[in-house]
Amino acid sequence: MSRIAAPRAANPTQASPSRDAPQEPVLSETDRRLINAFQGGFPICERPFQVAAETLGLDEATLIARIDALLKAGVLTRFGPLFNAERMGGVNVLAAMSVPAAEFDNIVEFVNAQPEIAHNYRREHALNLWFVGAAETPEKVEAAFAFIESVSGLPVYRFPKEREFFVELILEA
Amino acid sequence: MDSVDFALVAACQAGLPLTPRPYHAMAEQLGLGAEEVMARMQAMMQAGVIRRIGVVPNHYALGYTANGMTVWDVADEHVDALGEAVGRLPFVSHCYCRPRHLPLWPYNLFAMVHAKSRGQAQAYADQIGDLLGVACRQSDILYSSRMLKKTGLRIAD
Repeated sequence: MSRIAAPRAANPTQASPSRDAPQEPVLSETDRRLINAFQGGFPICERPFQVAAETLGLDEATLIARIDALLKAGVLTRFGPLFNAERMGGVNVLAAMSVPAAEFDNIVEFVNAQPEIAHNYRREHALNLWFVGAAETPEKVEAAFAFIESVSGLPVYRFPKEREFFVELILEA
Repeated sequence: MDSVDFALVAACQAGLPLTPRPYHAMAEQLGLGAEEVMARMQAMMQAGVIRRIGVVPNHYALGYTANGMTVWDVADEHVDALGEAVGRLPFVSHCYCRPRHLPLWPYNLFAMVHAKSRGQAQAYADQIGDLLGVACRQSDILYSSRMLKKTGLRIAD
């Protein structure tokens, strides 16, 4: 049976997100309408691109080509379902470290190499490295954090969510 | 969630196939009927396992370069009610109550804001601060200066 497990390389048929901020690309009016209309609500039916394309005044082939192009350009990081890992029994825990500048690149490389680490951001604070541990059990996340602490010699501060008030990110293009 | 649901998640977590009949393509890949695939996808939507289906923009690419994690030290007895109110603000994408780590980290309410400039992000933070009022003792904004890794959910086959 399938299980929630370690992150792995993205499907090569979809573009990877750029890790450094790219220049804001010039988007066509069609691209903007597509992005604004379909951050949710993509239909589940036999010909969903055709149904979605009609609401935008496009044809099916054009919509598929535009999504493909926006993925390849890095404007979109993904196209498809957004999952709630916790509803599948998975666990996400936010954590942070205070990493000295001289060790920063090495520690980032080591942290990113841990398969349980899903997101990792540099932030401007004494706690300058913020990442999310994701696995099918709390014990696996905890083991990854403990391993990072033992190898780096630095504390990993855990920020498990005690309560979720709202999660919805819709960006206007 | 049964093993077929997990197989469906594994099949589309990197993205839906960019073909005219994407659910049929998944069905063929998994040896299922297309009607069953679509019914299970609908059921996972209704159960909240799938939050939504669509495009996921790279916020940097859309010009949202000021991605601020606003953090607030809110009196414990008020954090639930105030967290709900902050979560309802239209520019807040994620809002959580989390533990403090004193003395390094006094903040217990986290609210992400996404803006095209730090001025705009600060204006959003000011609105959150107004809403929190005297229940908030101190606050900060942590901007992400670099995305170092972003893989999203991954399910083993």
